[in-house]
Amino acid sequence: MTGVLVFAEWREGRVHPVTYELLGKGRELADKLGVELWSALLGYRVEELAKELIYHGADKVFLYDHSSLRVFDVVRYKENLVRLTKEEKPEVFLFGATPIGRSLAPRVAAALNTGLTADCTDIFVDENGEIVQVRPAFTGNILAYIKTRSRPVMATIRYRVMAPLPKDTSRKGSIVRKEVVEVKDTGIIVLRKVSERKVNLADADVIVAGGRGLRRKEDLAMLKELAELLGGEVGVSRPLADEGWLPREHQVGFSGNTVKPKLYIACGISGSPQHLAGMRDSELIIAINIDPSAPIFRVAHYGIVGDLYEVVPEIIREIKARKLSVRR
Amino acid sequence: MHVVVLVKQVPDIEKVRFDFETGRIDRSSAPAETNPFDLNALEAAVQIKEELGGTVTAISMGPPQAESTLRDAIARGADRAILLTDTRMAGADTLATSYTLACAVKVLGGFDLVICGEKTVDGDTGQVGPEVAEFLGIPHVAYVSEIREVERDRLVVVADMGDKYLVEVRLPALITVTKDVNTPRLPTLRDRLRARKAEIEVWDADVLSKVCDPGRLGFEGSKAIVFRVVVPRREGGGCVFLEGEDAVKRLVDILEERGFLC
Repeated sequence: MTGVLVFAEWREGRVHPVTYELLGKGRELADKLGVELWSALLGYRVEELAKELIYHGADKVFLYDHSSLRVFDVVRYKENLVRLTKEEKPEVFLFGATPIGRSLAPRVAAALNTGLTADCTDIFVDENGEIVQVRPAFTGNILAYIKTRSRPVMATIRYRVMAPLPKDTSRKGSIVRKEVVEVKDTGIIVLRKVSERKVNLADADVIVAGGRGLRRKEDLAMLKELAELLGGEVGVSRPLADEGWLPREHQVGFSGNTVKPKLYIACGISGSPQHLAGMRDSELIIAINIDPSAPIFRVAHYGIVGDLYEVVPEIIREIKARKLSVRR
Repeated sequence: MHVVVLVKQVPDIEKVRFDFETGRIDRSSAPAETNPFDLNALEAAVQIKEELGGTVTAISMGPPQAESTLRDAIARGADRAILLTDTRMAGADTLATSYTLACAVKVLGGFDLVICGEKTVDGDTGQVGPEVAEFLGIPHVAYVSEIREVERDRLVVVADMGDKYLVEVRLPALITVTKDVNTPRLPTLRDRLRARKAEIEVWDADVLSKVCDPGRLGFEGSKAIVFRVVVPRREGGGCVFLEGEDAVKRLVDILEERGFLC
C-alpha cells in the first residue's frame, strides 16, 4: 500500500490554501491509483492543523512536531521529508509552487534522485495508469506534457488552479507522529521577519492594473480608487515596477506575480508576452487602451478603446452613482 | 572570496516563435541572450568581489554557441569562464542539469559562494539552484531580494519565504537572486573588447569523470521526460469592444451583473 503525499505548507498558524488545493487534486489521484492520500506536516505545536488536513481529504497525516521546525529551514525540512519518503515510498509527492515549495521540493528531489516538474497546471492519471504532468513553459507559450521515470513522481503545483474539497469535519483519518530528524547546525539561521507581504496579488479576487499608459506615478491613485470600489488590489506591469512606482509585490507578469483573479482590469497596458503570461487565466478580463491593436485585447473579454484618463474616471463616477442609488 | 555564477543562454523570449502544428520552438527565430535573471546574479558576484576581493567564475552548460553568453559574463566582470558542452550532457532535465553543474563546481573546487538567477525565462522552473546546493551538500537561500552583509564566512540576506525574512547563511552556500537584488551595470565597449579576446575554457564529460557518474548526465540521467509539447492556440478576436457614448455604462452593467459592485 502506498500513497499520494502532499506537503502541508502553513503560515502564521494557518494552513496555506494551496495545501487544500493539493489535497483536492491528490484525493482524485489517490482514488484513481487506488492508494491513500497522505500529508506531511512539519512545525511546532501544529497538531490542530493536522485535523484540518484530514477534514480536507487526507487519510493520514505524518506529523513532525518539534521546536526546531518552528520556522522554515530548508535543510531541516528536507532531511525529514527525505527520510519520510524513503520509509513510506509514496507514488506521488506534491508541493505548492510557492516560494517555500519551490525552494524545498528541488532539494528533496535531488536527494532522492527523482524527477521534479515545476509549476504544473494539471496532473492526471492517463488511460494506461501513468501519471502525466502538464506545465506551461516559454512564458506560457507552450504546454509540456511530462512523465517521470523514477519514483516518487514529484511536482510543484501552481496556486489557485486546483479545486479544494469542501471542509468536512466528519471525515476520519489518522495522525501518525513521526520522530524528528534533529540537525544541529544547517548553516542557516532565520533571524526575523523583515516585512509582511502587504498585498498578495495571487490571493486577490479583483485586480486593477496599470501600465505605461499612465503618465505619472500619482495617477495610480485613480486605479487605487477603482480597485477599492471593487474590493480589489492594484497591480502594475513590469515597466512601472522597474521604475519603482509600486513595489515588486504589485507586479503582474512572468517576472512578478502570476494571477488568476475573478476580474482583471488592464488600464493602459499594451500586453507584452511576459505580462499576458501572468494574467491571461483571469476569469473576466477588461482592457482599456488607446491602441486598438494592443495585444491585451487578444486575451480580453471586453475592451474599451480610449484614453484611460477619460475612461477610468467615468467608470469610477458610474460605479459611485449606482452604489449611491442602491443606498437610497 | 571565490564566487561561482551559473549562467544560461536563452532565446529572447519576447521574439521567439512557436509552430502551432508541430509544437516546436523555433529557436532560430529569436536572438540568443544571457538569461536576464543571471545578469543580477553576475552583478551580485561582481559587487561582492569589489567589496572583499577575490575571483568570479562563470559556468554555463549548453551547446558550443553558448560561448557567447560566457563572453557576456566576462564583459560583466567574471574573471574566468567555463563552458560545459558535450553531447553526453544534452537533453537534460533539471535534475541532470543540476547534477552536471554541481560536478563542475566540485571539479573547480575552492569556492565560497554559488549564485544563480531565481529562474530562467525559457525553462521557468527555478529548480536548478536548490538542486545544485543539495548535490554540493551546502545550504541555500532562494529568492534573495537583498544582500545586507557580506563577510568571508557568512552572508546576511533578505529572502522571500512567503513573507520576507532576514536570513543568515554560513559559507560555502548557494543563493538564488531576484531582479530586486541589484541593477546590473552595462558593460563598456572596452569590457566587450576584452571579453572578445578572453579564453573560454571548454569542459566535456571526461573532465568531470573523477566526481561524476556518467549515467546521471544528459538525457540518460534525466527522470522527468517531456513526451508531448502543445502550442495552445490563443483564440484571438474574442474581445467584445464596447463603443459609443454608453460604453462605460454597459461595462459597469457587466460588472454589476457579475456581482462586483456589492
